[in-house]
Amino acid sequence: MNKPRAEEQLRIVGRRINGLSVLSGGMLVFCLLVVVGLVTADVFYLASKKLPWVDLWQLFTARTVVRAMKLSMVTSLATLALVVVTAIPAGYALSRFRFPGRALVNTLVDVPIFLPPVVVGVSLLAFFGFGLGRGVKLALAGLGVPLVSWIGIVLCQYVMTMSYGIRTVKAAFDAAPKDLEHVAFTLGCSQWQAFWRVSLPLARPGVLAACILVWARGIGVFGPLMVFVGTGPRVQVMPTMMWLELSVGNIEVSLAIALIMLVMAGAGLTAVHFLLRPRSSP
Amino acid sequence: MNALDITDLTLRAGSFAVQKVSLSVGEGEYFVLMGMTGSGKSLLLKAVCGLTQISAGRIRLHDRDITALEARFRNIGYVPQDGGLFPHLDVLRNIIFPLTVAGQKAAAARRAVEGIVASLGIESLLSRSVAYLSGGERQKVALARALARRPELLVLDEPVCALDEPTRRDTCRELRRVQKEFRVATVHVCHSRDEAALVSDRVGIMCEGRLLDVGTLDDLATGSDHGAVQRLLNWN
Repeated sequence: MNKPRAEEQLRIVGRRINGLSVLSGGMLVFCLLVVVGLVTADVFYLASKKLPWVDLWQLFTARTVVRAMKLSMVTSLATLALVVVTAIPAGYALSRFRFPGRALVNTLVDVPIFLPPVVVGVSLLAFFGFGLGRGVKLALAGLGVPLVSWIGIVLCQYVMTMSYGIRTVKAAFDAAPKDLEHVAFTLGCSQWQAFWRVSLPLARPGVLAACILVWARGIGVFGPLMVFVGTGPRVQVMPTMMWLELSVGNIEVSLAIALIMLVMAGAGLTAVHFLLRPRSSP
Repeated sequence: MNALDITDLTLRAGSFAVQKVSLSVGEGEYFVLMGMTGSGKSLLLKAVCGLTQISAGRIRLHDRDITALEARFRNIGYVPQDGGLFPHLDVLRNIIFPLTVAGQKAAAARRAVEGIVASLGIESLLSRSVAYLSGGERQKVALARALARRPELLVLDEPVCALDEPTRRDTCRELRRVQKEFRVATVHVCHSRDEAALVSDRVGIMCEGRLLDVGTLDDLATGSDHGAVQRLLNWN
């Protein structure tokens, strides 16, 4: 095969459009179309119903919708706090420490990711049905906090999102060089100070990514909620309310809730992208 | 009184072992530890800094037994190969890091390092992100940070090996000048005889986890009985 001449090689190197760029760019556009297509379908469907703006506003501000929105926000943020408190130390331990059975622990942490959501709900029912779990359930009920309340919702969301949190945080700590912790020790840091002043700031982008992932997953949890806390008016979050409205044929209300969730997700993602923006000044 | 006394130090890392190394570094001395890759130099340095567990032996720093002491209490300034600067902090915050960890306010810490910063000529870099430093600048900043706590011993793990030849020579001269100015005993790990010639008072040669010989570079080049020492010095 003839070698390309020098000027031809330069042209090949300088060429922006090649097979890979066309394929990857095309796939990116396709993925974008899927997202944009779904959102526009929601909007157009609602628009096709020719609902007056007043009706639409009443839909968004209906007492039940607002209550579901509030409950969704409160529970998903509580879940996020719980996951942050547990996943950061757990992810750090998995990333930094070598201990017997580490491979097994690493695998077990991922189990909730692979479980069908309904199975998580059934497992929670089973756990709180007897033994220690039943004792906890009765104790909570004695304190006036039944499991079928925001507590149950947070539990379902926590089990469904914890693994994502640990996995993402672990990857973030893996990417933060351990050698820098060693340097911090020689500069007078205790293990805790090295974690707080060096490793955690270095893992910050990954930890924030974990937060958004956990929050987005948590707010959308549906299957375990249907099994574990049901759809009573006091435990209706946005996904369960959407399903209830859909099941009685109120597709407009259902789509309106979907749009609210999309706006919330969009706002959350924008906030995270803002926090993760590169700070580039020499 | 020596600055550093290592007696029969033994440690393992997987199948590799540093075996019964004994070594003394005098007050204000610049000691260079030379050896091929994998000879155990860096492992020995980490043990001195308290960053790896040892199996046997003793380490004394100015007559203080530090063998069982945590790294943070040893007061040894450590500069790894790439400088080990913290990328989330700017240059000034990197330099005052050990002082702020010790509880000093940033303003007081800044005043405390003014002399070091001026001596190394890095005043213009203080507000920069470490991502924008050249290799030589990184090493100067890492050195300033290591000196900020006024360490009893300075440990440099191949500090100039990633630099180009002219920068390497300049940085070596700078290291020697600063070491004399601050009168701090220094252990410097390297592969190169030229580098050792630029900075060292004495040189120790390591091979396969053992310290083969110690002396001035000239003495070792002409008088060492070990073939490995001759090979290393002549290879350079």
